Amino acid sequence: MALYVDIKKKLGSFRLDVQFEAGNEPISLLGASGCGKSMTLKCIAGIETPDRGRIVLDDRVLFDSEKRINIPPQERRTGYLFQHGALFPNMNVLKNVMCGVRRKCSGAEKEKIAREMLDRMKLGGCEKLMPSMLSGGQQQRAALARILVNEPEILMLDEPFSALDSHLRFELERVLSEVIRDLGKTAILVSHNRDEAFRITDKLAIMNNGRIDVYGGKKEVFADPLTRNAAAMTGCKNIADAVITPDGRARIDEWGITLRIPNTNKHADCVGVRMHDIHPGPGENEYIFTVADVVENPFSYTVMLSAGREYRAIGMELEKPVWEKIRADKVQVNIPPEAVLLLTKQALKGYNGNK
Amino acid sequence: MDWFPLLNSLRIAGISSVIVFFAGICAAYYIARAPRVLKGILDVIFTLPLVLPPTVVGYLLLRVLGPRRFFGAWVLEVFGLRLTMQWWSAIFATTVVIFPLMYRTARGAFEAFDENLAFAGRTLGLSNTFVFWKIRMPYCRQGIIAGLVLSFARALGEYGATSMICGYTPGKTATVSTTVYQLWRTDDDMLAFRWVLVNVAISAVVLLAINFLEKKNKRGRND
Repeated sequence: MALYVDIKKKLGSFRLDVQFEAGNEPISLLGASGCGKSMTLKCIAGIETPDRGRIVLDDRVLFDSEKRINIPPQERRTGYLFQHGALFPNMNVLKNVMCGVRRKCSGAEKEKIAREMLDRMKLGGCEKLMPSMLSGGQQQRAALARILVNEPEILMLDEPFSALDSHLRFELERVLSEVIRDLGKTAILVSHNRDEAFRITDKLAIMNNGRIDVYGGKKEVFADPLTRNAAAMTGCKNIADAVITPDGRARIDEWGITLRIPNTNKHADCVGVRMHDIHPGPGENEYIFTVADVVENPFSYTVMLSAGREYRAIGMELEKPVWEKIRADKVQVNIPPEAVLLLTKQALKGYNGNK
Repeated sequence: MDWFPLLNSLRIAGISSVIVFFAGICAAYYIARAPRVLKGILDVIFTLPLVLPPTVVGYLLLRVLGPRRFFGAWVLEVFGLRLTMQWWSAIFATTVVIFPLMYRTARGAFEAFDENLAFAGRTLGLSNTFVFWKIRMPYCRQGIIAGLVLSFARALGEYGATSMICGYTPGKTATVSTTVYQLWRTDDDMLAFRWVLVNVAISAVVLLAINFLEKKNKRGRND
């Protein structure tokens, strides 16, 4: 394994307790803000010190509380991309990148390396500009150039898109994906956006309150998120407490319905149904719901359905023409049993870091 | 007009500003990293001279540096050097009085610093010294210069603690402020007024400089 992390840290009432391993592959740490994602990266980079634990990168022990090893951040060789790039505001773009050149060589050679990397990041011509004159996307690419000339052994991307407008995000996303692939080393993306995490990385670790709830291949995690928090983080909007009855159904009092569920002996105390898994028309788990509200999105409608006044509404997402054909106060829908996600409120022990 | 008081005031203020520049920045930098309780205590101690009457500062200094007090007596015995009533004795007084000004402004400037810049520098392998002098200090430059100018101006006008620790000896320990007092006391109104004008002129220049720096600072942030 290229990266091994097992750390504990207490900060006031917050406890960070994270264990995971990763190969030379991109992984995502997905979680709500304040769940400890950035803190985990900072511990790996050596900017923060865990109370206890061990961090190993490619057979180099970066941190070991028992052996009292704590390599300073300068020697860890971790490429850390910050939210706003963290370019030094008092130096121009070229000087910024030259600061990062790791190879011991003359100033002229450093400049050559920096210029080449800026060209690769499509920033040729911006060398003499101050960082404040660059757009958000250019700043991030300049910061990336500075990291790459530093020859890092691991890439850590701390919400790199959050300061960007949506049309710039996609562009930077493409650049980052390419860089990650070319580097061929471990890359950790910290994000709270499931879409970008899914697109950029192969594996997902879903964090909640200082712990990793679920860790696995991205497709498996999306198909079976296991915990309530992970389901929410992967974008499941309809989640409710449920009681599994002896005949293998889920009674959901909040929604006022009882759903047939996949045959399984998995323990579950809540269920989730993704908005696009509710279909109009007859079928298994078929109900007639009152339309409580209709929300128009750019390319779809979100139809809020309720079994009655006293129940919480659930959302169904339909393409525009489909809903425009239906348009009724009451609709018949069906929910395929295999689309019902069986979830637990607490993370199960033993699943953590399964692969 | 004998210009000695101005010269003396300038060298006292200059030297104490240099001392306070380094001491204030060190204190500001390390206090931000201190544990909370220690931080609270040190902050009170470092800021105290700002609110204490200068005469109290002078009194406390005399208790330590006076020729019959333990430290003053020890220096006198070992080096044959009297710490009070010298022209440079005033440096002790002004340094203590202006220290809080430098410390406070430097701390404010450091608190506005984006720590991620330092983190980024360190993960790139840049030494802590480089990060401090080439990234942190330039970022906080305007605040720190403003603090330094303010400290210098305050040192120029220091009266209470200075007069207690080095008195008024014409041509030896006289400063602008002690001269004004002495001239007023001896009814030499004309000369006293001239020194007052000198003092006002210097202070006005200093304040203009601070305003200029602050404006420049704001413009820099808006970019």
